[in-house]
Amino acid sequence: MTLKIQLTGIRKAFNEGQPNRFWAVNGVDLHLPEGQVTVLAGPSGSGKTTLLTLIGCLARPTEGRVLLNDRAISSLPEPFLAPLRRQTFGFVFQRFNLIRGLPVLDNVMVPAYPLGVPRRALRKRALHLLETLGLGPRADARVESLSGGEAQRTALARALINDPRILIADEPTANLDSELSRTLLEILARLRTEGRSLILSSHDPLVREAGMVDRVIELRDGRVVSDRVRSAVST
Amino acid sequence: MSDLRRVWERQRHLIDYSAASMARRKGRNLGLLTVYGGMVFLLASVLFYSSALKHEANLLLAGAPEIVVQRMVAGRYAPVSGEHLLALQGIRGLRDVEGRLWGYQYDPVVRANYTLMVPPEGGVRKGTAILGPALARARGAGHGDVISFRGHDGVLASFRIAEVLPMETALASADLLLIDETDFRTLFGIPSGEYTDLALRIPNPREVQTVAEKVLERLPDSRAILREEMQRTYDAIFDWRSALVLLPLSGALLAFAILAWEKASGLSADERREIGILKAVGWETRDVLRMKLWEGGLLSLLAFLFGTVAAYWHVFGLSAPLLAPVMQGWSVLYPDFRLTPAIEGSQLLALFFLTVFPYLVATLVPVWRAAVTDPDEVMR
Ligand SMILES: Nc1ncnc2c1ncn2[C@@H]1O[C@H](COP(=O)(O)OP(=O)(O)OP(=O)(O)O)[C@@H](O)[C@H]1O
Ligand SMILES: [Mg+2]
Repeated sequence: MTLKIQLTGIRKAFNEGQPNRFWAVNGVDLHLPEGQVTVLAGPSGSGKTTLLTLIGCLARPTEGRVLLNDRAISSLPEPFLAPLRRQTFGFVFQRFNLIRGLPVLDNVMVPAYPLGVPRRALRKRALHLLETLGLGPRADARVESLSGGEAQRTALARALINDPRILIADEPTANLDSELSRTLLEILARLRTEGRSLILSSHDPLVREAGMVDRVIELRDGRVVSDRVRSAVST
Repeated sequence: MSDLRRVWERQRHLIDYSAASMARRKGRNLGLLTVYGGMVFLLASVLFYSSALKHEANLLLAGAPEIVVQRMVAGRYAPVSGEHLLALQGIRGLRDVEGRLWGYQYDPVVRANYTLMVPPEGGVRKGTAILGPALARARGAGHGDVISFRGHDGVLASFRIAEVLPMETALASADLLLIDETDFRTLFGIPSGEYTDLALRIPNPREVQTVAEKVLERLPDSRAILREEMQRTYDAIFDWRSALVLLPLSGALLAFAILAWEKASGLSADERREIGILKAVGWETRDVLRMKLWEGGLLSLLAFLFGTVAAYWHVFGLSAPLLAPVMQGWSVLYPDFRLTPAIEGSQLLALFFLTVFPYLVATLVPVWRAAVTDPDEVMR
C-alpha cells in the first residue's frame, strides 16, 4: 500500500478571533509521494513546525485539507486520529517533548502501550532500537539527565517504536554537532531505504545537502517560495 | 495475540504508567491523600456516630410501650391515679395497662440527672438499688457501697448497691438507678395508688390510633403519647438534628476542600503537557482517561479506607471525642460510654458515593478537557 500526502489550500491561524490573529501557514498546496525524503527549509518563524503538526494530525488546519491517500484526515473526528498518530506517523518534536521523570526506556515504550504489546516483547524492541541509536547504556537514565543529542535520539526511538510509514522530524540535527549530525543522517538514510517517507524541517545545510534528500521546499511567511526536486539521489 | 490478552496487556501498561506517574508526584499525592482522607474521616465519624445513637434509641424503643398516657392538670404533667388506670381497662385492642413509676433525680455531686425507676417486673429489694454503669463510675460506687439521696421531705434515704449493670448494655441504661416501689414513693412523696404515667400495650399496630382516641374519650384530662412520637423525643435527646446538620455540612466541606485543592493545584502545566504528549504519540482519549482513573481511583480508595477505619476507631474505640462537644444533648455521665458498633452497608455505600464519586469527577473533567484538545495546543 502506498501512502501519499496531499495538502490543498492549507492555512493555519493562531489567535483566531482576536485582533492579533496571525496566519502561521498561509496557503500551501503540496503533493508528497511515498518513500521520499522532503526537507522543509526557511527562516525561523516561517511556519515549518506548524506545517509539520498539521501533516502529523497534531493540529487541524483553519482552512484547507490534508489528504492521506485521498482521505481527508484533517477533518476526521478525534477518535480516528489516534491510530494515525500512533502507527502511520512518527513525530520527532523540535523540543523533544519527552516525559519528565520517566526513564529513557519507558519514554520510548509509551506510544506502544495502547496496542497491548506484552511488556517483555515491548522492552526487547525498545532496547534494540536504543542500541541501534547508540543509547543502549542510557536506557535506564532519567530523561532529565540526557544531553541534547541523547534526548534527540530518544525522541527518534520513541517515534520509531510502532514502526511508522512516515517519519516527521522537526529540526532533527539542531542539537547535534557535525559528527553526531552525520550519524543521525545515516540513520535517517537507512529509514528511507526501508521504504519510509521522511518529512524533515531544518535550517541545517548539512541536512539540506545530504545525499538522501529528494526535495527541498522553502517556506517564508507561511508560503512556499521554492520547491526544488533533487535529480540525482544517492544514498 | 488474542483480543482479550491485548486488552489485558493494555490495562497493565496503563496501570504501570499510573503507578509511575503517582510515584513521580509523591508530595502532591501524599498531601491530597491527607486532605481527602481527613474529609472522609470527618464525614464517616458523623455518620457512624449518628448511626450508633440511632441504634441505641431503637433498642430503647423496642421495649417501649405503644402508648404512654400522662395526666395533665392545668397544662402540666401530674401523677395518674388508680381510677384512671381502671377507666382504661376493657378498651378493644388493648392488651394491658400498667402504672409506671419513674423520674429524674439531680445529683449535685456529679452535676447530672439520674433516671430513677421502679422496674415493672420488680426484683429490687427494699433499701437496695441497681445502678447503671455510667452512674456507678461517676459516683465511684460499686457493689455493696451505699448511695444516698435527699427525699422530697429533706430526709436522707440510703440504698445499698446490690448490682451494677454491665457496660455492654444499651446506652439508655447507663444512668439508670432502679429501686423498690415503696422506696420510690417515700423518696418522692407519691401516695400509693398513684403513678407517674401509664404504659399501654397494643399488639396490633393498626389499632394504636383508635386506642389513643378511646383513651382521650375516657380520660379527657390526659395525653396519649404514641411510640412514633417518642421516637421524635429521642431524636431530641440524642440531638440528631445537629448530626443531620453536620452531615450536609461536611459534604459541602468536602466538596469545598477538593475544589480548593483542585483550584490550587489543578492540572499543572506539566500534567497538561504530559497529556498532550501522550495524545501526540497516539494514546486515545480513553487511554488517558483510564490511566488517570486508575490514579484517582487508587488515591480515593486509599483515602476512603484510611478515613473510614480511622473514623471507626474514633467513634467506637474512643467514643468520638472530636464530635461529642458538637453533638449536644449528652448527659455528662455518658462520655465514658462505649457505643455499640452499628454500621449499615447502605451508609458505607452512601459515604463511598459522597466522597469517591465527586473526587473522580472533579479530577477527570480537566483531564478529559485537555485530552480532547489538539495535542499541539496542549503541549505548548
Ligand atoms: N500557538 C501559537 N500561538 C501563536 N503563535 C504561534 C503559535 N505557534 C506558532 N506561532 C507562530 O507562528 C509562526 C510559525 O511558527 P513555527 O513554529 O511554525 O515556525 P518555524 O518555522 O518552525 O520556526 P523555527 O525555525 O524557529 O522552529 C511563528 O511566528 C510563531 O511565533
Ligand atoms: Mg520550528
